[in-house]
Amino acid sequence: MAKTKVVVDPITRIEGHLRIETQAENGKITDAWATSTQFRGIEIVMQGRDPRDAWAFTQRICGVCTVVHAVASCRAVEDALDITIPPNANLIRNLIHGMQFIQDHVIHFYHLHALDWVDVVSALKADPAGTSAIARKVSPWPNNSETYFREVQDRLKKFVASGQLGIFANGYWGHPAYKLPPEVNLLAVAHYLEALDWQRDVIRLHTIFGGKNPHPNFLVGGMASAINLDDTATINAERLTDIRDMITRAQQFVEQVYWPDLVAIAGFYKDWAAIGGGVKNYLAVGEFPEGDIRDTQRLYLPQGIVLERDLTKVWPYDQRMVKEYITSSWYEYSKGDDAGLHPWEGETKAKYQGPPTPWEYLQGLPKYSWMKAPRYDGRPMEVGPLARMLVGFAAGHQEIRAMVKEVLDRLEVGPAALFSTLGRTAARGMETVLLSRRMNTWYDRLVDRIKSGETQTFNKDKWDRSSWPAKAEGYGFLDAPRGALGHWVQIENGVISRYQCVVPSTWNCSPRDGQGQMGPYEASLVDNHPLVKPDQPLEILRTIHSFDPCMACGVHVLDATGNLITEVRVQ
Amino acid sequence: MYVPNPIPWAEDETLGQNLASRGVSRREFLEFCGGLAAMLGLESFYVPQIAHALEVLKRPSVVWIQLQECTGCVESVIRTAEPTIGNLVLDLISLDYSHTLMAAAGHAAEEALQSAMKANKGSYILVVTGSVPLAENGIYTTIGGRTAKEVLEEAASGAAAVLAIGACAHWGSVQAARPNPTGAVGVSKVVTDKPVVNIAGCPPIADVVTATVVHYLTFGRLPATDAEGRPLFAYGARIHDQCPRRANFDAGQYVEVFDDEAARKGWCLYHVGCKGPATFSPCPIFQWNTRTSWPIGAGHPCLGCTEPNFWDTMTPFYDRLPDVGGFGVESRVDLIGAALAAGATAGVATHAIATGVHQVRQRRRERELPVVPPSGGPPSSTPSAGKGEGGQNG
Repeated sequence: MAKTKVVVDPITRIEGHLRIETQAENGKITDAWATSTQFRGIEIVMQGRDPRDAWAFTQRICGVCTVVHAVASCRAVEDALDITIPPNANLIRNLIHGMQFIQDHVIHFYHLHALDWVDVVSALKADPAGTSAIARKVSPWPNNSETYFREVQDRLKKFVASGQLGIFANGYWGHPAYKLPPEVNLLAVAHYLEALDWQRDVIRLHTIFGGKNPHPNFLVGGMASAINLDDTATINAERLTDIRDMITRAQQFVEQVYWPDLVAIAGFYKDWAAIGGGVKNYLAVGEFPEGDIRDTQRLYLPQGIVLERDLTKVWPYDQRMVKEYITSSWYEYSKGDDAGLHPWEGETKAKYQGPPTPWEYLQGLPKYSWMKAPRYDGRPMEVGPLARMLVGFAAGHQEIRAMVKEVLDRLEVGPAALFSTLGRTAARGMETVLLSRRMNTWYDRLVDRIKSGETQTFNKDKWDRSSWPAKAEGYGFLDAPRGALGHWVQIENGVISRYQCVVPSTWNCSPRDGQGQMGPYEASLVDNHPLVKPDQPLEILRTIHSFDPCMACGVHVLDATGNLITEVRVQ
Repeated sequence: MYVPNPIPWAEDETLGQNLASRGVSRREFLEFCGGLAAMLGLESFYVPQIAHALEVLKRPSVVWIQLQECTGCVESVIRTAEPTIGNLVLDLISLDYSHTLMAAAGHAAEEALQSAMKANKGSYILVVTGSVPLAENGIYTTIGGRTAKEVLEEAASGAAAVLAIGACAHWGSVQAARPNPTGAVGVSKVVTDKPVVNIAGCPPIADVVTATVVHYLTFGRLPATDAEGRPLFAYGARIHDQCPRRANFDAGQYVEVFDDEAARKGWCLYHVGCKGPATFSPCPIFQWNTRTSWPIGAGHPCLGCTEPNFWDTMTPFYDRLPDVGGFGVESRVDLIGAALAAGATAGVATHAIATGVHQVRQRRRERELPVVPPSGGPPSSTPSAGKGEGGQNG
């Protein structure tokens, strides 16, 4: 059987537009290329700016996880200028980032990823009484009556009868890879709708501390939201109570809806625990400092590296070992295109060398992406929830170990199952549960401190430009919902002289390096990966979505002659 | 990502019928119309007119495309929407978009877009988020192998009007900041032959989008705009003139450094860089995320994100106006404020008039001058949209 070329472009609504190309033979993917098709040059824009402004510029890299670049940027500048933020500011940042994780992961599961596993049309055939019985068995969540699920089903029927399927229009309904019984499909559809309203509520935590979402405000040296229980314009008891309630509602939804649904659905897809593993190295820079960020031993989600899937050892992470390569990328380096540059000597000089538009194929071309290829000590690294859970597991983190054990036991699979598409999706759920619990701890600590009269949110010592050294450089790290993020800043005479970001998408979506090593997206697509119907590439979507590129996309699939043979909508 | 309401608005159904099928009561609907009338600055006798216009409305044809952007605008639109009825209106502008991109299999999808544009040629509304990179023949953003410029030009060719949502679509935003490496420009630099309304902000408040659409559907025309193409009902007043901390400004009560005693009393942020005196935005009134708070309400100075070129003209963000790049506006604003501090209550009105006069003068001047293009973009001598409707009341 001849090789089939498949092009999936555009995959939109992420930080950068994404294109995936593959080759398939006999129902398996044999080769894959990931292409970022957007370049904005924000690192270039940063030069000559006030470093205290950098968070706002870099925040605009991504409006979906709108917190992470801002915090990483503040940390980089705080590192360069030797600023320690007050404990209250750290707790507030943890609460903001924690809620970002929870909201982002739940949205990803229901609105971006679920329809890869859930057949909506099949839910029309469900017996609502059966769905109710399943719901009652797995969760105490109150919306579980037969009447409730019947109403949801009626809405869905009307929707389908109208002939305008909207978001559900071009799914691969009836694809043989869908395995859920109709009753479980209906359960998932009901929660898909509930999650929409839920996310709008809980994200208001960002608005209270940061003034708006997307793009809440941050501040080098702490947070701008002053605490004063006796004023109406500050963080006071009324605001804190609102936050308390949001944390409670977030945790309830995660533990009573998201997690039970995930485990129930995963039980029908155990074969995906042997598919889509890909790169064998996992990097977590760690996140949620319990004290000063420089104390990397006191991160709630630990820092470290797992090599070759060996869970008996955690290797230390050293940011100096990160280098970016452009062998396959549309850039040029002054030292030549095969050089690897550490971000502190990094260069961002765009040089498009691809074919003229409209493109037919990029596969096989020496350069095919706007994404650079970051490597750690020469190795490609997967970053994200799975990397964090694996590093935490290997490091002996008790809560992570208990969580991993729970899910492996319930699914009746061994630890090797983690290195897979399903493992990635399960790990995202695990850390959401852990963080939704941890939010209470951070909130309680903040309130305890306020009770004892500790209300400081900002360190003003190095605010003034005159207090800065003539030259400084700093590194800000943060483990974002999608994985390890680093900002590297160099400051000269009060302004930024160089700024480089290595973002999770760059690690995971990176193209081949000079050694020919694939990036994680590419490697996962050729790891025991099925593609039964090239014109309905459901399997590709499952694995790419398991990384959470945060996409709801229009997908074009091309056959070997370049003719459009189908178009799909991915949610 | 945008997730539309699962009960679609059928082609031949009126909005009133669709509302009924969603279980929205008449009372809820009228409350919603009342809120929108207030937002649009209309008298209450317009409420029945808005309600009637919306109720008998058939589904308009709308196409939404996303170009060089961060997706924050789309996030804003879904997240700050009023949980129930506001979504209905957002569906008006999203349904064809999802309908278009999500249509079933094969050539049908491409053809659906093409036929929608053909069938409604000259009458559909085009919604755009994201900027258009022009450098290097547009190679810096491609969608389906085509450049953002090509995608926009095709979609705009048959549009009746264009809604440019967010700072990127308005003027290019962060990627257009100096030195604008990709030559990013706003929609109105590419689409020059038809009105472009700019819903300004990085990101904008979703309620402004909702209200603009309602205005269009109710009155059959886009709302009046200022020289920047921004609807006057939302961007007609400065933050400074609507700010709840204005009394502190007038009393000379300033935060001098973050988290000082003044910050803990919620005083004015002008001395730590607030750009409210130079920024036209509805933030203090509409607020964010179902009216939970807004930037100044959370203790951070305004960044001026509804103003063109704010990444260059409003920075350094923490420097006090007018020390920031290129701004001469309100150079004496704090002196006036300090003087008024001694002048008791009458001072508030005096100051408001003084700054108001200055602003009217300033904006008239803007209307007479060519629109300043984002750096790197091609110059243009025509203000973008709604020219004339804004009258001289800017």
